[in-house]
Amino acid sequence: MNNRVVITGLGIWSCLGNNLDEVTESLRAGKSGIGMDMERKAWGYRSGLTGIIPKPELKGILDRRARVGLSEEAEYAYMATLDAMKNAKMDMSWVEKNEVGILYGNDSSAKAVSEAIDTIRLKKDTTLLGSGSIFQSMNCTVTMNLSTIFKLKGINFTISAACASGSHSIGLGYLMIKWGLQKHIICGGAQEVNPMAFGSFDGLSAFSIRENEPTKASRPFDRDRDGLIPSGGAASLILESYESAMERGAPILAEVVGYGFSSNGEHISNSNVDGQVRSLKMALNDAKLAAGDIDYINAHATSTPGGDLAEASAIDAVFGESRPMVSSTKSMTGHECWMAGASEIVYSMLMMQNNFVAPNINFENPDEASAKLNIVRTTIEKNIDVFLSNSFGFGGTNSSLIIKKFKQ
Amino acid sequence: MTKAEIIERINGFLVDEFEVDADKINPDENLRDTLGLDSLDYVDLVVIIESNFGFKVVAEDFINISTFQNFYDYVERKVTEKASA
Repeated sequence: MNNRVVITGLGIWSCLGNNLDEVTESLRAGKSGIGMDMERKAWGYRSGLTGIIPKPELKGILDRRARVGLSEEAEYAYMATLDAMKNAKMDMSWVEKNEVGILYGNDSSAKAVSEAIDTIRLKKDTTLLGSGSIFQSMNCTVTMNLSTIFKLKGINFTISAACASGSHSIGLGYLMIKWGLQKHIICGGAQEVNPMAFGSFDGLSAFSIRENEPTKASRPFDRDRDGLIPSGGAASLILESYESAMERGAPILAEVVGYGFSSNGEHISNSNVDGQVRSLKMALNDAKLAAGDIDYINAHATSTPGGDLAEASAIDAVFGESRPMVSSTKSMTGHECWMAGASEIVYSMLMMQNNFVAPNINFENPDEASAKLNIVRTTIEKNIDVFLSNSFGFGGTNSSLIIKKFKQ
Repeated sequence: MTKAEIIERINGFLVDEFEVDADKINPDENLRDTLGLDSLDYVDLVVIIESNFGFKVVAEDFINISTFQNFYDYVERKVTEKASA
């Protein structure tokens, strides 16, 4: 079976905005969502830079039983999914009568775990953790809670694949629908944003310390980049078969046409050009497209010296002749980690729908590798028919997705 | 703490945390049915009692609590025991 797989709904909760319109405006304006969290400095962090994400107010929207199990990242995911389902015209009465699945990327719930352990140490009594702690603490906190809240009856599990989690969730959702195993799946990625979540990452000196200029700190591909900025939130997409979308009268926003993946089989944290090239080529083969068919690449580039260098080399190896436009929206958002693979599809979808390419802000001087790419410095008004989005994670997990403007 | 203060505090967290309408709280009404408590909610009730009154409810104690009045009386007894310990 080879079903066409379409996207019918998008939702986002990020440092660029809490709905699609706000985020579109931020992308077009090249607005940074980065600021400082002084609490991290008090905790001994090397860098206090972070994406600034508002906390959703769920009282009055969700009842107590639903709320107490939601971790920070699951709250973001709930808000993004609520919006995505609304935009996809998927109401609760329809969902209850159909088999809707959820595949969501998430790879930590450090705040919930830390707070639970602090309580046990203090109180010496596990009952005093309350009923919600376990449902907040597990990596599957998003899928566990959202499948219950939205009464989902299809596939239901979490993808933990480091910073490629969100991308693989869309890739796996695409395959399940393409192969006829599911008709409708909520895909996405969520990332908690708090001092408990990022201490170990900060400890690797992976974060930018350009603290005097927060909005200039994330500078993927720029010669003077000095590290990434952790960020987060959640992004959700409704994937479904073309037939299902037509039957429901759902708005078809785009088509997922290619998914490539690979594992580097090498170092746990260093990037690898060969692994990334294999992922890119697999995605192109799956989409039955040539490199020259890609109009825009939303790069994984996080603003680390080594990572961006490897990706620039991989993109040049595959797209060196056609030189599509390239930008990393992480220049504005920071690195949304487990969420990034999904949010960057949402960001690119918004560009495709509104005919522009968002800039790679803070790209002032290229290095030897990035000089070979066609990196977008300022917003460009342009029709995008096909885009590709890269996501790479620790452990050498790589994912590339290709999305095409929908045509009958 | 007087009995009236205990009742006021209990009713306050039931309205605030358990989101029950204040006018549905009557001493003779059934606690579980009025609040719609399931087994998970009882765990949260233990937490909230501990944080408000400083003692831990053991699960067996809930067996003898059916009405709000039973609940008020139970908490008052435990608070008094704690004060005189």
